[in-house]
Amino acid sequence: MVKLTQRLGGLVLRFAAFCAALGAVIAMITSRERSSFFVISLVAKYSDLAAFKYFVIANAIVTVYSFLVLFLPKESLLWKFVVVLDLMVTMLLTSSLSAAVAVAQVGKRGNANAGWLPICGQVPRFCDQITGALIAGLVALVLYVFLLIFSIHHVVDPFLLRKS
Amino acid sequence: MAKLALAATSGKSCKVLLGLRLLAFSATLSAAIVMGLNKETETFVVGKVGNTPIKATFTAKFDHTPAFVFFVVANAMVSFHNFLMIALQIFGGKMEFTGFRLLSVAILDMLNVTLVSAAANAAAFMAEVGKNGNKHARWDKICDRFATYCDHGAGALIAAFAGVILMLIISAASISRLVQPNKSCSTTASPSVVP
Repeated sequence: MVKLTQRLGGLVLRFAAFCAALGAVIAMITSRERSSFFVISLVAKYSDLAAFKYFVIANAIVTVYSFLVLFLPKESLLWKFVVVLDLMVTMLLTSSLSAAVAVAQVGKRGNANAGWLPICGQVPRFCDQITGALIAGLVALVLYVFLLIFSIHHVVDPFLLRKS
Repeated sequence: MAKLALAATSGKSCKVLLGLRLLAFSATLSAAIVMGLNKETETFVVGKVGNTPIKATFTAKFDHTPAFVFFVVANAMVSFHNFLMIALQIFGGKMEFTGFRLLSVAILDMLNVTLVSAAANAAAFMAEVGKNGNKHARWDKICDRFATYCDHGAGALIAAFAGVILMLIISAASISRLVQPNKSCSTTASPSVVP
């Protein structure tokens, strides 16, 4: 009974992380806004900034990985690999999120010392959608940290609770 | 005989882990220090009044950019964590709750590997924007004027990425150490429980 709730909890967490990562990818890909002042019109898209491209790629990898692990059977020997892969995926998520937040912060506030003006005043809807994508990425990260501890508990028995 | 062999293998892998932790400690500490002391002041001509040029002095410091501040703080924290783990390994001795100690070391290692990878990546992408600029957002590059600042920053980034790789290996080793709960890595040999 305990094992069933554990496995169900792991599946629910992973499905939620899959949804969050997928939401982050979709929100960032569909963010595109055209703004015009005088005769110049600019299009702001996510691929203008390298950090956002990395964010999309990293979250896409996480989405595919979560989807595949959802179907892993319980007694498979691959669960030991899942621990290591979960750690690497968490690293990927946190690095992509922090890079995207660092660049988005410059876009929102600018950097007075470098002479970089903020761009959110001209493309507010783009900025809001990027913010939504980053929040979804944060949710995916938090869920994956829980999943990491979960999959370690699944593979090893750190408190020596099981009598072998 | 089996107990002797177990102690011998445990000793060698413990020394390797200690060496890796020392390397990671020095890498992250040097990254934090180099980026923390990163500062450059340059004087530029910004205009002319008649025939005399007007000069203005600009400074590039690490704390102008929040990502670099996060970089320094996170690398300092990770190097402190490695320092604590080294001290624990050398002076830990026979401590109670060996299972809990292994688990807490593994979890702390995992958290720190994510922290240092986040910091290194944020600083790397900010440095890329500073080096190449961004013509879509009309952000000029700054590396052509502050070359020394950019070089020192690049050195700190390389050290931080080396720290990331080392911390990943250390974390994997700590997790694999959880699988055998009777191995504890202290130089004052604790009696291993024979199952």
